[in-house]
Amino acid sequence: MIKIEEKLFQNRYRVDEGRPHIQIANPSVCTDSCKIQACTFACPAACYTTTEAGGVELNTDGCLECGTCRIICSEEHNVEWAYPRGGHGILFKFG
Amino acid sequence: MAEKFDAIIVGAGPAGNAAAYTLAKAGLNILQLERGETPGTKNVQGAILYADALERIIPDFRDDAPLERHIIEQRMWVLDDRSFIGSNYRSDDFNSEKPNRYTILRAPFDKWFSGKVKEAGGLVICETTVTELIRENGKVIGVRTDREGGDIYADVVILADGVNSLLATKAGFHDEIEPKNVALAVKEIHFLPQEVVESRFNVKGDEGVVIEIFGSVTHGMVGTAFLYTNRESITLGIGCMVSDFKKGGIAPYTLLEELKAHPAIAPLIEGGEMKEYAAHLIPEGGYKAVPQMFGDGWMLVGDSAGLVNAAHREGSNLAMTSGRLAAETVIALKNEAMPCTAAHLARYKRAMDDSFVMKDLRKYRELPDTLHNNPQFFSVYPQLLNRAAHTMLTVDGEDKHSKEKSIRKSFVQRRTLWGLMGDAFRMWRATR
Repeated sequence: MIKIEEKLFQNRYRVDEGRPHIQIANPSVCTDSCKIQACTFACPAACYTTTEAGGVELNTDGCLECGTCRIICSEEHNVEWAYPRGGHGILFKFG
Repeated sequence: MAEKFDAIIVGAGPAGNAAAYTLAKAGLNILQLERGETPGTKNVQGAILYADALERIIPDFRDDAPLERHIIEQRMWVLDDRSFIGSNYRSDDFNSEKPNRYTILRAPFDKWFSGKVKEAGGLVICETTVTELIRENGKVIGVRTDREGGDIYADVVILADGVNSLLATKAGFHDEIEPKNVALAVKEIHFLPQEVVESRFNVKGDEGVVIEIFGSVTHGMVGTAFLYTNRESITLGIGCMVSDFKKGGIAPYTLLEELKAHPAIAPLIEGGEMKEYAAHLIPEGGYKAVPQMFGDGWMLVGDSAGLVNAAHREGSNLAMTSGRLAAETVIALKNEAMPCTAAHLARYKRAMDDSFVMKDLRKYRELPDTLHNNPQFFSVYPQLLNRAAHTMLTVDGEDKHSKEKSIRKSFVQRRTLWGLMGDAFRMWRATR
């Protein structure tokens, strides 16, 4: 099992506390109509996890701002995605 | 009304910096907005810098740009689970006074490029996210930012906001990018003492090596991996099409871990200290996926316009060239006292069509679809090639004629004779 936290721990972030830049528009869509929940395995920072109730939980703290979740949710369009406020989010040291 | 600029450039990557620098150097009053803490902190690339595109903008960039190593050797590896078959090109001619390609680290490089924009007189404001375009009668007249009272106006807005291109999508300039037209790549940087990098890759001084990789490491998905040598670090990564990730159910970091553990790769990074993990989307839809790149008061440059030549792993040079051509269009219109209407900005598209950017994308216009529809190029062939090499190179008393026969049989069994001929034809058609 790969510990994604260990990778993300190497990165530098300025988290915009209480203002996540990505939101799941309608959580019941994830639970009821989305069959594959691709965000839960395709997100490179594992921000999306499956809940016991069969839904999807999102924590944007480790987000790398790639946009995969936005594009991969192409049937349900259930990801509300914006860039973090200026200066916040991932701050690449090397890029 | 607030101060009005000749041009606003959104984003400080290669495309945005090329545009901003060219405009500022020509004496135009420009504002460049960047959402990162400093230019480069939001940007991710392999990264290879192609000197020619930058040289046309800043001829003496080598004097002070933060370059890692110039490339003297290119390896191409086709991997199976425990082996690889490959080719090398190494030439002492790449050790010229003005090398053609360099490895770079984007955070310091973009910061340097942005410094040049400021030296040329451009106003660069960081930590500012542009939230929408301000339009009047359909024409883009400025941008709204997340700063208070953040409306700013300009004659033209150049969108260099990258692959996600939220502003253009929101304004309805183009559709959302499709999963089959974009790759997700993840990478890590591993630090090693400079002399270790040099001995492992048989280089000295500023010489560097590039390894482009495909095969079993992508689990049959359309994608590639890479390993680049920096001065005292190694960057390695792997990327596959988002549509394939969606089907495959494999996490991108699992692919990266498998790549790092591959017997061909593991010894090269052994003992390194991993200091950053990054992910980025790459617009790989090619020619057919390039959207309308200009309109009334706006232009798209770089990744926002999908300008990546996936076949040759080129993007930043297309980005810089597009930024320069967009800027030159604005400068010419300014000199002729012409407004930045769609009709006039069409000059930018004509300049792009005449450049290597659109010519190269056009050459490979069928390639993205061909690869998407023929995953055997990433699964069956790497395996067949590796096994063929293994058969021929294992001396075990079997005669060579029989070995060749069994190799031919393995190809025909996996693809059929028609399949093999069809694959050859399809690859020829997609790259001619």
